[in-house]
Amino acid sequence: MKGMSLIVKTITNVMIGFIFIYGVYIILHGHLTPGGGFAGGVIIAGALVLRVLAYGSEAGAEKRSETRASIFESIGALLFVGIAIAGLMLAGVFFRNFLPKGVPLNLLSGGIIPFCNIAISFKVGAGLFSIFLSLAAVKYVMKD
Amino acid sequence: MIELYLFLVFMIIAAFVATEIKDLLAAVISLGAVGFSVAIMFILVQAPDLAIVQIVVEVVTIVIFVAVIFRTTHVDETIGKKLTSSHVLSIVLYAFFALIFFIAMVRALQELPAFGNATMKVASEYIRLGLPQTGGANLVADVILDFRALDTLGEATVLFTSVIGVIALMRSVGRKK
Repeated sequence: MKGMSLIVKTITNVMIGFIFIYGVYIILHGHLTPGGGFAGGVIIAGALVLRVLAYGSEAGAEKRSETRASIFESIGALLFVGIAIAGLMLAGVFFRNFLPKGVPLNLLSGGIIPFCNIAISFKVGAGLFSIFLSLAAVKYVMKD
Repeated sequence: MIELYLFLVFMIIAAFVATEIKDLLAAVISLGAVGFSVAIMFILVQAPDLAIVQIVVEVVTIVIFVAVIFRTTHVDETIGKKLTSSHVLSIVLYAFFALIFFIAMVRALQELPAFGNATMKVASEYIRLGLPQTGGANLVADVILDFRALDTLGEATVLFTSVIGVIALMRSVGRKK
């Protein structure tokens, strides 16, 4: 995919870190403020998509990062199911909130909820990014 | 209340434009207008969680749509063609089922409680037990990741399946030349 003009690249350089950190904030504060794993994951996917659109990428690189994104997505899915099975093992119920509840409104509170948010954010962010990459790489597939 | 109806009328007009316009880019922008109207309506009825998700998903889907349109074609060639008999048949069938659906909807809407006065049989329990039982301050996160985490697992499976489908459709290995 071809990159965009110098103006777009410069503004992307300035903005992409802020977008990424905003996504991480939405994920980590998902159990305290509006937002959560899904919204934060989509924001992070948006930052990655912005980078690919602004700077462009070659066909081989797209394929490689698609594979990497799929691996991250599977890690997120396994993490989510792993938390559920840990509840089954340690407390006897699938998806049991087995961790201590903590003080309300603290960052470390809510038991498994923040960890579930992180797992879902991996899944959603990497999943959407790999959908975008496989759609972006389609032209090269047709040419082959 | 009145602003919700204004947004509803605007959404219906934008949806008509999205289906009927010949330029696909304009259709995608109309679709985005529908999605952002939904987000504004979520803010108006005080659902910030849903509003955030709606806005970010809308942005990413529009970016994907626009990226695909730039690589393929701008023109929707199915609009403006002559009506064939199968088109007429499908329009008649559609009108028939729309009428049935409308009658059923009117009868069902009369059974609903008034706007803003939900019955809250399950939801009041969630609101009462959310913070003490899970320790999370955001009630939406408590419900989707603790009380109803199995539903969220199903949702994650749906997303996983769709990603697998897209990657399988767009693969380069094993494709016939």
